[in-house]
Amino acid sequence: MSDVRKLTYGGAFNEAVRQAMEADENIFCAGEDIGAFGGVFGTYLGLQAKFGAHRVVDTPISEQAIVGLGIGAAVTGLRPIVDLMFMDFICVAFDQIVNQAAKLKYMFGGEATMPLTITTGGGAGLSAAAQHSQSLEAILCHIPGLKVVYPSNPYDMKGLMTACIRENNPTIMVKHKRLLGMSAHVPEENYEIPLGKANIMRAGTDVTVIAYGRMANETLVAAEKLAADGIECEVIDPRTLQPLDTDSIVESARKTHKVLVVHEAVKFGGLGAEIASQIHELAFDYLDAPVARIGAPFSPVPFSPALEQHYLPDAASIEAGIRNLVQRS
Amino acid sequence: MDLSPPVQFDLHRRMVRIRVFEEAAGRLAEANKLPGFLHLYVGEEAVAAGVCAALNDDDHITSTHRGHGHLVAKGGDFNRMMAELMGKSTGMCKGKGGSMHISDLSLGMLGANGIVGAGSPIAVGAAFANKYRGRGQVAVAFFGDGATNIGAFHEAANMACALHLPIVFACENNEYGEFTPRSATMAITDIVDRAAGYGMPGVIIDGMDVVAVHEATLEAVARARAGGGPSLIEAKTYRFYNHHGIQNLGLKYRPDDEVARWKERDPIFTFEDRMIENGTMTRDRVDEIWAGLRGEIDVAIKFAEDSPLPTPDQILVDVYTSMTGAAQ
Ligand SMILES: Cc1ncc(C[n+]2csc(CCOP(=O)(O)OP(=O)(O)O)c2C)c(N)n1
Ligand SMILES: [Mg+2]
Repeated sequence: MSDVRKLTYGGAFNEAVRQAMEADENIFCAGEDIGAFGGVFGTYLGLQAKFGAHRVVDTPISEQAIVGLGIGAAVTGLRPIVDLMFMDFICVAFDQIVNQAAKLKYMFGGEATMPLTITTGGGAGLSAAAQHSQSLEAILCHIPGLKVVYPSNPYDMKGLMTACIRENNPTIMVKHKRLLGMSAHVPEENYEIPLGKANIMRAGTDVTVIAYGRMANETLVAAEKLAADGIECEVIDPRTLQPLDTDSIVESARKTHKVLVVHEAVKFGGLGAEIASQIHELAFDYLDAPVARIGAPFSPVPFSPALEQHYLPDAASIEAGIRNLVQRS
Repeated sequence: MDLSPPVQFDLHRRMVRIRVFEEAAGRLAEANKLPGFLHLYVGEEAVAAGVCAALNDDDHITSTHRGHGHLVAKGGDFNRMMAELMGKSTGMCKGKGGSMHISDLSLGMLGANGIVGAGSPIAVGAAFANKYRGRGQVAVAFFGDGATNIGAFHEAANMACALHLPIVFACENNEYGEFTPRSATMAITDIVDRAAGYGMPGVIIDGMDVVAVHEATLEAVARARAGGGPSLIEAKTYRFYNHHGIQNLGLKYRPDDEVARWKERDPIFTFEDRMIENGTMTRDRVDEIWAGLRGEIDVAIKFAEDSPLPTPDQILVDVYTSMTGAAQ
């Protein structure tokens, strides 16, 4: 019975938070509109009714203070989950995230622990324009002390969010806004997916494609089409972007000899650059071609659907990228 | 009402322009003809109209996510605004900004803004430049009650006062930030209380009364132009529609009778009644104005619908400017 139970990506997030809060009364949530309203994406729905306004706190529109609230409470013994509605708003709270949360433990000679989870909605595809559509994960991954998690499906969402909450380091959980309604099997019992462990979503022999968030799903669609033409893709979703599961990625590169990295973030300086470098450093002799990358062009996210649709990678452009790479050898 | 009939007509026209634009946008959104988010200004028209009617074309304003009303009040062109909401290449921002970034620098409108609170520091910069040039221009920062909880607002207010800049902080206190009441997010009732902390005068006005808004702004703008520094105006107002779009989706967060009470104080209808009562306007004339502006909206919708979409090659255009400006 329980193996047919389905939840949405947003619902899986909600269940992870609820189960964690039931088990540990040191956990509280804070953010804009998350209490009475349940969050603008509905991901906190029902939690205030269940746990009360002292554990699910509606905050002012004050991103710096929201993250600071989490930092101060975490370092003094609570286990906060704080929400920054849109990923773009991390910029408003950047000092607290980068200079404070990420560094306290180190600066204090290891004396502090920071069991803080920051949740936020990332990604484009809703005509939400340049300040509500960004994919800023690479910037976060560049900061020693932070962990960055980006699930691509409901099952992973629940397990990863559970891990984020249990984690004793500041962790940023990015929910892709366009995946919120994605529905799939999610077990009711509590489970954890360890941070830093990639998921081989599809095994294959001809080419490795590394993609996360919504792009992992687009890649799976492309892979099915290519399979009909006899091209077998190995699709790897790192799930955690920092720390990155380099071992799984390199192992696959050594097996297939060709690698493509896909993300919807801007290509320049994106995670693809880091992943490509790691593969070149650790598996150069195994490669038939340089690691290829697909990412967004070097511009802000445009508003008009006529532009945004060309701005974002999709199954078709990923398929073309894979064909291109396969032809190279 | 001491205002001359031409000023009253001007205030009225600005408000009706906003209303017809917003109602049309709302209808288009409900018919799924507008992409993205849409934060409508209906109910708050007296604020933008009353403030902007006190400004010159070369004065500056910064706006919010709820920005159409500010641009319309500053004289924004219906055709290019509607085209922008539809993401067309003929739009104000060539389809790259949309509702949340609508702007017209030629009218001194420095942009709607997707980041709550972000407009105020930019208005401070415009006020600084205006003082620097010494041509008597002023800047107005529009912002909501919720935006006064953001650090950027406080830094802007303090800096403006410290540098004694020609700026007016115009707060639209509609009692909610998104779906959360003001009372849940601040311990004060009146935003104007914040003004004293920075050393500027502040007034509370009825934001449903366009005359009150206008008169308060005339005073604040005159002070700014004369070198008297910043001031804050808190307009008590209300949005008639949802935070975005028209219908309340999901959970109800405002009591029905509260919404109804505010709607009875509709800033346009009450002003029309007053003007008709004191003989400045006739009912027929009022109807004519609405019909004329609705006609302009129909033209704008047609213009927008007939306009071409931007082509993909435009994605990389205007990320940077290729011009250099400083004296060599
Ligand atoms: C920095 C930032 N935080 C949160 C948001 C999401 N958001 C958009 S509008 C809004 C409410 C703003 O309230 P207020 O300033 O009172 O303006 P109103 O919508 O009432 O006109 C919020 C929280 C945002 N756009 N930017
Ligand atoms: Mg408000």
